[in-house]
This record gives sequence, C-alpha cells and structure tokens, in this order.
Amino acid sequence: MKRPGLVLMINPIACDGHGVCAELLPERIRLDPWGFPVIESGDIPAPLVDHARRAATSCPRLALSLVRQDP
Amino acid sequence: MRQVPRSSASRPRRRSSRSTAAAPPGAERLLAGIDTTGSPVTLDDHLHRWGHLPNWEAATFLRELDVSGLRGHGGAWFPVAAKWRSVGGTRLRSPVVVGNGAEGEPASGKDRMLIHQLPHLVLDGASMAARCIGASEILMYVPSGATTAMRSAIESRRQRALDPVPIEVVAAPDRFLAGQESAAVNTIAGQGVATPSFTGFRTVRDQGVGGRPTLVQNVESLAHAALIARFGAAWFREIGTPESPGTALLTVTGRWSHPRIVEAPLGVALGEILGLGSADSRHIGGVLLGGYGGGWIGAAEALAMPLTEEAARQHGSSIGPGVVALLRADSCALSEVSRVVRYLEGQGAGQCGPCVNGLSGLAYSLEQLAHRPKSLRGGLHTITTLCGLVEGRGACRHPDGVARFVRTALDVFADHAAEHMRRGPCPYTAPLLPIPTGATTNGPPQRVR
Repeated sequence: MKRPGLVLMINPIACDGHGVCAELLPERIRLDPWGFPVIESGDIPAPLVDHARRAATSCPRLALSLVRQDP
Repeated sequence: MRQVPRSSASRPRRRSSRSTAAAPPGAERLLAGIDTTGSPVTLDDHLHRWGHLPNWEAATFLRELDVSGLRGHGGAWFPVAAKWRSVGGTRLRSPVVVGNGAEGEPASGKDRMLIHQLPHLVLDGASMAARCIGASEILMYVPSGATTAMRSAIESRRQRALDPVPIEVVAAPDRFLAGQESAAVNTIAGQGVATPSFTGFRTVRDQGVGGRPTLVQNVESLAHAALIARFGAAWFREIGTPESPGTALLTVTGRWSHPRIVEAPLGVALGEILGLGSADSRHIGGVLLGGYGGGWIGAAEALAMPLTEEAARQHGSSIGPGVVALLRADSCALSEVSRVVRYLEGQGAGQCGPCVNGLSGLAYSLEQLAHRPKSLRGGLHTITTLCGLVEGRGACRHPDGVARFVRTALDVFADHAAEHMRRGPCPYTAPLLPIPTGATTNGPPQRVR
C-alpha cells in the first residue's frame, strides 16, 4: 500500500503574511494580493520535500507545517 | 392505537408500563407535539404525548440511528450516527455533549422555536446522545433569551430524575459564527466569543470542551433522534428519500406576510411545500436556500427541485439550516446580496488574513455593483476573483459560505448584474433578508499587521 504523501498545511489564524515561505518554496507557494500564502494542493514531490521542510521551519509564526496526510 | 412499524430485532425494551405513544402519521412530526398557542410544552404534556424514552442499549440505538439515515440539521447534513460513533472517550477524558441551539443565522428561527416550545424533545435527544457516546455531561448552548426557559425545563426533568447525566445551560452570543463547532467550544470554554479555532485534521470530536472529546449536535437533529428512539428507523424512513430521509424544519421568508416555520417532508418538490406552482416563479427573482452560507437558485428550478440535500448540492446550494427565502422579481437582488455580505464581513472573527481582506473587498465591490456599478473596476470579474481568493483559506468555513452565497447570486442574477453594469443601479426596493440591528457595525477590530 502506498504511504500517504506529505502535504503543507497552513494555520491561517497564526499566519501573518510574512511571506518567507513563498521565497523559500516558490514552486508550491505564491502570495495573494495581501501577501498571504496560497499553497498549491497535493502531495509535495520528493525533490521538494527538503525545501518544503525548510519553509515550514523558517516561518516566523510557526504557521506552516509539513504533515503526513491522514489516509 | 396506530401500530408503529419497527424491526423486531431492534425493538427497544420499555422502561415503564406506560402505553406506547402513537407515532405521528403525517409530515408534521416534531410539530405534531406543539402547543398551537405558542406556549412551551411542559414535561407532563410531553410525556403524555410521546411517553418516556425507551431504554435502549447504546450500541443498539446507534445501529437504529444508522439505519434511520438521520443527517445533521445544523447545516452540514453530516450523518448523525457516524458523528456519534466518531466521538471516543476514555476513562480519564469522558465525552461532552453540546446541544447546539446557537442559531446565528439571522434568517433562521426553527432552533429557537424548538428550544422555546419543545425543550423536552431536544433534551430527550441530548440524553440519548449522552447515553450512546458515554458522555458525563450535557451542555445546552442556547441564545441568551432562552437560557431561563431551558433551565426550568431541565429542572422539571431533574425532579423526576429523567436524565442520568447532568445538564447545564450556556448562553450563546448573538453572532453569526456562534454555532460553528469550534467557536461554540471556545465560547463555552471562555476562550473568545464566537471565535473559531484552527483544528487542522483534528476536530472538537477529538479535543473539545476542556480538552475532552465533544459532540456538538444541532438541537433539531437531537429532536429527530428523540422521535427515532421512540418510533424506530423504519417509521423515520416512511417519509423522505433514501439519502435524505425524514422531515426538516424550514424557516420560510418572503412567501407569506411574515416568516413562517414549517415542517417539510424531504423529497417533495419545494414548490409543493410552499404551495406555489410553476406559474408563480415569474413573480420570484430567485430563491435563497440554506441561509447566508447557502446558495441562490433560479425560481423555476427551485420550485421544481425535490427538497433533498443531494438536489440542493446539484444546484450549487445546500438545505443548510433550513432557510428558504423567496425574493420578489421586482426587488433589487444585488442590493440584498451586498447588504448581507457587508453583514457577514462584520461577523467574521477577524483572525485569518485572507478572510479579513477578502470579505472586506467583496463587501465593497458588491456595494459598488449594487449602487455605483460604473465605479466597479474590473467588472464582475473582480468579484469572482475575490471569491476564489477566500475559498478554502480560513480556519473555518465562513469565507467559503460567503463565496458560495456570492457566486450563486452572480449566476442566478446574471441578467440583473449586466443591467446594472449597462444602465446603473435600481431604484430603492424594501429589504427582505433580515439582518440583526446594529450587527453591521459590531465587527471585530481589523487586525494590525
């Protein structure tokens, strides 16, 4: 059975729109007109997992997390 | 006396020698027991009409509830049995039942009606829920105007030791989001009034009031469960469709001179429920189904549509909490929509950036479309873009509900909107959709960035 993939999950209450995540992971995250991140849905592909993890740990509000989606 | 059909396998044992109450034969089930003068049904009258709750085993009743197909009438139409099963307690963290009667939806009145007039049916349902999930506490979360009535109903039951689990009353604030699941839990815990939480993959069913597994169930769903406990799943399914069985309380605005609460058999055409034929659709500009988080449907389609959650979703709407509002064809739908969206913007909790900014932009753009269409830069595209920018981006579903309300309005009233863009705003028409007085000005402070 395929292991459930890793996804980026944002806590929109904690997020203040610093935008660090979009700089570190432009492949998956862009900013809306107000500077809040829009995350492309779906599993993070293997080559991007390290970058995604770095984006999550760099969030000054700890609003971004890389989690294994519940099956 | 009418024989109640019920499978013999799950026939409940009666706790007393009282005669079996008669099941209501028609489409008025919850309302069959109502006092037509509008006074609350007392415990004596309630027991006389419906008899005592049968003494079900938890697992047996959960199966019966499963077979009944009862779905949540608070707005989400989630299967009730599955929800009850998903609340798992432990010895150290026993579950809590929250009877949700907050009814923040301004166009809905059915939950208040149930709390005021049929409190014991609701409390019976809460008691069944507590028994099934092994809860050690029931909290009745009702509007502040209803706490006294609810307390006295609970007191009369306590004197007869009807409920094995203690029942408390908590006042719900008069806010649109008061009944949102996590907002209800936070209000009860004193952690922010009508303020939702970000729960991620978890829900209050894992961790709710006081960190305990919590079942938040709408009061109408509880009342239906109380009747299923007495008359069984087969009786419940005598009305409705396989997916949407039973009846639903609707609050109907714009059909009669005053809003009216009716109990509708599910699966029957909405026009038939409202006593309207297809010719009447000419006089109706559009039908709002599901309230301010629901969606607009064109008049002819709405009247022909069978009232089921599946049909409503196919039309881009939902029965939601049972709100039905008929807008006259000669009134300005766009000014109605803009008033409601301005209200909804003020009712947000002000926590999530996309919702704070997006709803503010939507409210402003819709006011332009309604009253100064020439100044709406980017035209209708501006509005649909804003809808896309708020959908799925809040901690709760508030922005999604607003987007659905707006998108379906632009769809149903597309000709009207085009007319505004071409020829300017409509003359003033009297407002239809209710908005609590003072509500538009009491939004939370804009968050500082």
